[in-house]
Amino acid sequence: MPVHDVFEEANRQLIICNACRYCEGYCPVFRAIETRRDFQRGDVFYLSNLCHDCRACYYACMYTPPHEFAINIPKILAEARIETYERLSWPGFLGRAFKHRGVTVFLAVAAIALVAILSFALIPSSSLFAAHVGPGAFYEVVPYFAMVAGGLILFFYGIAVWLRGGAQFWSETRTVLQQPGGFNAFLAAAGAALGLRYLKGGGPGCFYPDERPSSVRRVYHSLTFWGLVCDFISTTLAFIYQDFLHLLPPYALSSAPVIFGAVGGVALILGTGGLLYFKMRSDPDPAGSGAPGMDYVFLVTLGLVALTGMFTLVYRETSAMGSLLVLHLGFIAALFLTAPYGKFVHAVYRTLAVMRYEMERGQPGSGAGH
Amino acid sequence: MSVNYDVIVVGGGNAAMCAALAAREAGARVLVLERSPENERGGNTRNTRNIRCTHPAADQFFSGPYSEEEHLQDLIGVTGGPANMNLAKFAVRESSQLPAWMSGHGVHWQQPLAGTLHLGRTNRWFLGGGKAMLNTYYRAAARMGIEVRYNAGVEEFVIENNRFEAVRIRNKNGDAGELIRGGAVAVGAGGYEANIEWLKRHWGDAADNFIIRGSAYNDGRVLAALMKCGAKSMGDPKGFHAVAVDARAPKFDGGIVTRLDVVPFGIVVNRDARRFYDEGQDIWPKRYAIWGTLIAGQPGQIAYGIVDARAIDKFLPPMFKPYQADTLEGLAPQLGLDARTFVETVTEYNRAAAANTEIHMERLDGVATRGLTPPKSNWAMPIDRAPFYGLPLRPGITFTYMGVAVDECARVLDQSGRPFQNVHAAGEIMSGNILTKGYLGGFGLTIGSVFGRLAGREAASNARA
Repeated sequence: MPVHDVFEEANRQLIICNACRYCEGYCPVFRAIETRRDFQRGDVFYLSNLCHDCRACYYACMYTPPHEFAINIPKILAEARIETYERLSWPGFLGRAFKHRGVTVFLAVAAIALVAILSFALIPSSSLFAAHVGPGAFYEVVPYFAMVAGGLILFFYGIAVWLRGGAQFWSETRTVLQQPGGFNAFLAAAGAALGLRYLKGGGPGCFYPDERPSSVRRVYHSLTFWGLVCDFISTTLAFIYQDFLHLLPPYALSSAPVIFGAVGGVALILGTGGLLYFKMRSDPDPAGSGAPGMDYVFLVTLGLVALTGMFTLVYRETSAMGSLLVLHLGFIAALFLTAPYGKFVHAVYRTLAVMRYEMERGQPGSGAGH
Repeated sequence: MSVNYDVIVVGGGNAAMCAALAAREAGARVLVLERSPENERGGNTRNTRNIRCTHPAADQFFSGPYSEEEHLQDLIGVTGGPANMNLAKFAVRESSQLPAWMSGHGVHWQQPLAGTLHLGRTNRWFLGGGKAMLNTYYRAAARMGIEVRYNAGVEEFVIENNRFEAVRIRNKNGDAGELIRGGAVAVGAGGYEANIEWLKRHWGDAADNFIIRGSAYNDGRVLAALMKCGAKSMGDPKGFHAVAVDARAPKFDGGIVTRLDVVPFGIVVNRDARRFYDEGQDIWPKRYAIWGTLIAGQPGQIAYGIVDARAIDKFLPPMFKPYQADTLEGLAPQLGLDARTFVETVTEYNRAAAANTEIHMERLDGVATRGLTPPKSNWAMPIDRAPFYGLPLRPGITFTYMGVAVDECARVLDQSGRPFQNVHAAGEIMSGNILTKGYLGGFGLTIGSVFGRLAGREAASNARA
């Protein structure tokens, strides 16, 4: 569907929802709809990112196709989300990645290939394929400077693009209702976002992968998110160990960085695996056309980061460590490089949309306070 | 056909599913015959959103107590007295058990929807509306081993010696086909509001201009089949519940989104650009239901709600864009009205409302027109602030009143008033035993649920008798 038509179509459907309101109890999207009378592009940006794709409304709706009103809110909002992602990406031409999974795959593969080629070209094979033990073992394969510099550049690049997109999203979704939100709105938003409050279908759970509500998807998503957090903590701890305590990795299995890393790794593998499995089984009708490709690339990349990390841990004292480490770093590079051009961006926009909702419902007379 | 069922349930909406679940819980082997395809199952229940229940005290979802006496008085108030007082009392009393029973079958609840707070004490909202509630019932049915067949329209009941033997269902081509035997039958198949030919018998060609708010499958075939077997009817065959809906709504199944709350906020004119009834007669929820019938009585069965810039955003945003113009002269041709008469009507109204400066929609504010016929008794503000808006209105039929007579075991009665041994009915198809006119919000589901459960239990026990 052309961009213009996505917004026209979203507006058409949302006007019908606003005349119905049966789904009000499911999530904030419908309560936010009720404070508006028509739906400009900024409203659609906002609502589409506020939607957590729990699909409760789709199965509850008496106007889904073949009804002539042809309401399918999860689908049209998923398509509008892709438009948000594309429009707010930088540089603009990489925004194509959101609609053509080939671009994301290309970026991911290019990152992995680059790391691999550089490694094989620059690291002597006597070192790459040898077993290393003792402090600094990893750096005997990939030099410390290369690892940190490469990682940080990609990490901060991704963060910078996210911040830029987030700032633009915030300004484009601004409405007359908005005033600066207090700290309470911030806390409420953080709680809702971290606890995935709006993935509960208003109580019974998420209607995913099919029309039987359950909490399993929330569990998978939580495993993925908190797994990622654990691995971030692990990396930060390792940085402290190394640069402040002057302890070089690898660390003992009982050390904090390894424990956080391993717990996070297992959680990520379970979480991404579960989400992938659900996605493959999910009802295609309420899904946005085009979106699944992007989701798969993200989940697979993230899962493989964890998997190669775990393998590196398990085989770190063998001659396979060098190859595994290179592969692991390759996937991390792919994750960072595709972070602004794939499903990962939902973390930014959805959190901001939840934040905006919490601010909006704090407004006197907004009518959204439930 | 070798499979034998204890209870055959005809229909797939709330009453039918309550009967199926109750019969299964009483140990019966149950088959549900729903005439629609799976994705359109559930008849008019799909368009419901709350249920009226007696309850002793406020709780998380009810804002206050609602006693049997008050509930019954409300019912008598709107219907002018139920046809069968014993059945009405039974429904009111048994309704107190419904929330727990529904929760037990997976139904989730929510706070009253925005704009419906006035019903928050008496009615309970299920999360996501009627289709969501039905989905939970169908999931429960699947778990419990109830068989459901879709596209299975019942054409004929085989009743011998006052005892039900089998139903005949249409095959895919619409020909009478398969015979399915059962020990008893529970019928919850709705009314005949979607059968335009049937409505024409009573309303003539005006029925062509009616809009049917609910399922196109409610064409009364099952009701007709029961009557053909000698079932006694109850209720006015001409009677229906109708509200004002947008004239641009689809002929069938437009549901809740096509209703228009415009009436008390402005004036309503007919095809001749003349007002014909007091738009400010009573609090809107009470008067909401009379406008369908009022418009059905106007020439061409059409009317136009007219408001100005002051009022347009005071009511629920309509699904269809209002017609709009900067002048009254400009608005009239868009609505197909004679501009001179239209301007005259509005001007005359404005003159009668000229002194009014402020209205209070939440109550009967007595801000009325002076010296106008018909008057507008409340909320009468002048319509003089451009742009002006017009919304075309037609009668939107919600349900029909006539159904089959039943006894206190939900058994269908024959012409002589004697019950068939094992033929039961619940829901809209027998609501004429209680509702003779008017409507009490959420009470349709009360009838469906109370008598659905009763019909299911009784059918299960009569199947073996």
